[in-house]
Amino acid sequence: MRELLLTLERWRAEQKRIALATVVRIYGSAPLPLGSKMAISSTGEMAGSVSGGCVESAVVQEALEALRSGRPKLLTYGIADEVAQSVGLACGGVIEVFVEPLPEF
Amino acid sequence: MAGTEASIYRQFEEAVRTGRLVAMATALTGPTIGAKMLLWPDGRSEGSLGEPTLDAVTRERAAQVFTSLRPERLTVETAGGPVELFIDVQPPPPRLWIVGAVHIAAALVTYARTLGFYTIVIDPRTAFAAPERFPHADELIARWPDAVFAEVGLDESACVVVLTHDEKIDNPALAMALRSPARYIGALGSRRTHAKRTAALKALGLEEAQIARIHAPIGLDIGARRPEEIALAIMAEIVAVMNEKRE
Repeated sequence: MRELLLTLERWRAEQKRIALATVVRIYGSAPLPLGSKMAISSTGEMAGSVSGGCVESAVVQEALEALRSGRPKLLTYGIADEVAQSVGLACGGVIEVFVEPLPEF
Repeated sequence: MAGTEASIYRQFEEAVRTGRLVAMATALTGPTIGAKMLLWPDGRSEGSLGEPTLDAVTRERAAQVFTSLRPERLTVETAGGPVELFIDVQPPPPRLWIVGAVHIAAALVTYARTLGFYTIVIDPRTAFAAPERFPHADELIARWPDAVFAEVGLDESACVVVLTHDEKIDNPALAMALRSPARYIGALGSRRTHAKRTAALKALGLEEAQIARIHAPIGLDIGARRPEEIALAIMAEIVAVMNEKRE
């Protein structure tokens, strides 16, 4: 989280809204530990990581959608998932990612 | 409600920024999906996950999370069915104390910050401890390190790296670090320098076993020559110690 703070500050100064994605469950092996985070700005920029690059682009789309709807979402990525071919994890594990719009302040 | 959420989230970020231990619980499913509760190690909490059972279970689990310092996922049975919760914990960053505002220190600050350390560079020589040389350090202190260590106290998570090559600065700093529970203590210098240093530390009243805690020659053996490479070797050794791959 600490490594994201400077970026979050900058986005807020630029009047951008922010969504946060957090790894909230890991089955099998996963590239990054539980609690890993990625922030996404309303203009589609990202900081941090939830999977070391495997599913980030899909998470950005979900984050933008969460910013539009204002609703958080629990997502699953991995071999058991239908989108596995396009955005699965290279290591064969499964992760759950919680995407939420951050409150504005 | 929105106001409360913003206030809770803001406090969470502020705690992370200032290195205070804090945890945040979030409802991942159920009617109150996204609801948050802020938790402090002294037992205080703020906000609600939207259901008394969820709040009670979360407060109960908090103590465990603050002990393990690992985030936790749990399923809680409520009147309305099971709800998934995530308790995120943000431990204070480990502190890396770098004695000697030398060239190696600048690279070391860069690596350490990337790895999530809070970096403090100390050097009583003001020409070295110049802010323009260390714009990226969390703190730069132009004072004698042993005096600073005596003041703040080094805890179990502290890492201390001694780099000045000046025994007037290095040795009192090392003596202070060796009398603390610091996690990692390393000192730059050849085997010959270290033998001389060992004798000096004994003269300062330290036991052989205490002196053996010093990592010297410092850093993993990666054939490092340039200052940046030496910094990398030191950082790799610190990571190995933190991950319990090395003593």
